[in-house]
Amino acid sequence: MALLNSKTKAVLLGPLNKNNPVIVQVLGICSALAVTSKLEPSVVMTIAVVVVAGFGNVVISMLRNTIPNRIRIIVQLVVVAALVTIVSEVLKAYLYDVNKQLSVFVGLIVTNCILMGRLEAFALGNGPWPSFLDGVGNGLGYGWILIVVGFFRELLGSGTLFDIPVIPQALYDIGYENNGLMILPPMAMIVIAGIIWVHRYRDKELQEETN
Amino acid sequence: MKALRNYIDKIKPHFEKGGKLHMLHSVFDGFETFLFVPNHTSRSGVHMHDARDSKRTMILVVVALIPALLFGMFNIGYQHNLAIGIDPGFWETFIFGLLAFLPQLIVSYGVGLGIEFVTAQYRGEEIAEGFLVSGILIPMIMPVDTPLWMIGVSTAFAVIFAKEVFGGTGFNVFNVALIARAFLFFAYPSHMSGDQVFVRTAGTFGLSNPQMIDGMAQTVDGFSGATMLGQLAITDAPNFTEFSFHSITGGQASLMDMFLGFIPGSVGEVSTLAILIGAALLIITGVGSWKTMLSVFLGGGAVILLINQFAANAIMGMPPLYHFVLGGFAFGAVFMATDPVTSSRTEKGKWIYGFLIGALAIAIRVFNPGYPEGMMLAILFMNAFAPLIDFYVIDGNIKKRLKRSAIKNHERV
Repeated sequence: MALLNSKTKAVLLGPLNKNNPVIVQVLGICSALAVTSKLEPSVVMTIAVVVVAGFGNVVISMLRNTIPNRIRIIVQLVVVAALVTIVSEVLKAYLYDVNKQLSVFVGLIVTNCILMGRLEAFALGNGPWPSFLDGVGNGLGYGWILIVVGFFRELLGSGTLFDIPVIPQALYDIGYENNGLMILPPMAMIVIAGIIWVHRYRDKELQEETN
Repeated sequence: MKALRNYIDKIKPHFEKGGKLHMLHSVFDGFETFLFVPNHTSRSGVHMHDARDSKRTMILVVVALIPALLFGMFNIGYQHNLAIGIDPGFWETFIFGLLAFLPQLIVSYGVGLGIEFVTAQYRGEEIAEGFLVSGILIPMIMPVDTPLWMIGVSTAFAVIFAKEVFGGTGFNVFNVALIARAFLFFAYPSHMSGDQVFVRTAGTFGLSNPQMIDGMAQTVDGFSGATMLGQLAITDAPNFTEFSFHSITGGQASLMDMFLGFIPGSVGEVSTLAILIGAALLIITGVGSWKTMLSVFLGGGAVILLINQFAANAIMGMPPLYHFVLGGFAFGAVFMATDPVTSSRTEKGKWIYGFLIGALAIAIRVFNPGYPEGMMLAILFMNAFAPLIDFYVIDGNIKKRLKRSAIKNHERV
């Protein structure tokens, strides 16, 4: 059995494009606004969500036949909370500064709608391997939006990427200045709106009917 | 006029379907309807008979802005002369201001109309005339020393994200000119407030050059470019009677100076007198709603009279008249709050909308030391609520009429 047949491929790659959790389903917006003022926290947040979503899906998928239906949300919460705690401890140990920047948003991965949605909608009804791919796919789908938003916000707002100055001094000398609004959350909203705009423009299927 | 009409009729076929310049048809159409009243008549449905189409309305607003614009340009030169201690006479003062303002106006119109033309062409629609007013308002509410590229960026942002994404002229939720200003205000705060930006100390196109030492323009002793509200925000006077406004050279500034506009500030906002002339024109021609204008002043007046009772510092004790002539209060009330697209449309709604703008603007001024001026934020905030106000006014009316008809029906039974 190949690791990726056409069905599992769709499970993995769908969330990156036509089924994207952020720009199509419009989930996880809160953390996307909060952590994307710099590129580095965006990348770390992406990795954290990919790990938690992937393994959370696997664990729930393996337990799916033993979880009583009436308490399934609590079980899901326990599993996700345990994974988030592990991720949070790892971040504190090895990436303390980034962990400071992410502040409560690492802990709030527990309440991220994308995770609970995938556990409910996919892991409870599918085997561990497709569930793992689904979790990773959705984590990455969420993550690439974060990284794109973080890229533009850090580039235009601070003139740096990964805290390395990239805008040449010559540009500042002729009067260029960093855009302070880019650091503020409203601009993250507008950048995401811009991504949605381009995405829908390229993909006619996603466009709502107008009357 | 006749020759112009003939010329337009002659070149018209090129722009119609099949003509070789069809791709520019919306540009042509825009100019034709700008120059002549369009002679289209509707073929079905409702027929409106009114000489006032939106291009006429827009041009009237621009005309109403002219007194404030002319005075504002003169004032740029006047403040500049005060700052560097020269007196070159009236015309050179005015021309200095004109040359300082003109590049901003050109950038604002160039960027804004460019985007309008491209989107109209792309959508196959007529060019909407909304930017005619926004384009002149944008430089009028910016400090004179705002870099041109910032005006370009903010204009592009405002036109695209506040107007075109909502569907173009007539569909915007927020006032486009104020969005441009708000964008700059949060993106480049050091260029939009403080005491460095409202008075130009450097020369303009080689005119009235001050003495330069180490790249810094030399100003007269005691110079401070702070606006009146800026002085008020940083003063440590315990109450208003012990506080006194000073002009940029340190002398006293009277209420009359502020009313006439001999104070530092953006081009449009300085002269309350010139704004009132514009307001009279808007009201006489029926373009601006007197209800909105009056209620902004009523709302502001009510709140400041209330705050005066509990005055604990200078700005809390400032009487209403000062509030009305300072900052962008009058300009916002007359030219921004009355924007027919973003304000309330119901007559009762206009009273509520205006009253809350005035009240909020004063509250922001008095209670938030970070923002010496609150008019922009107050208007933008109430723009968001205008549809809600309209909804409840209409809903209330429906309920009232239902009740009336229910009583009648009951009596009949």
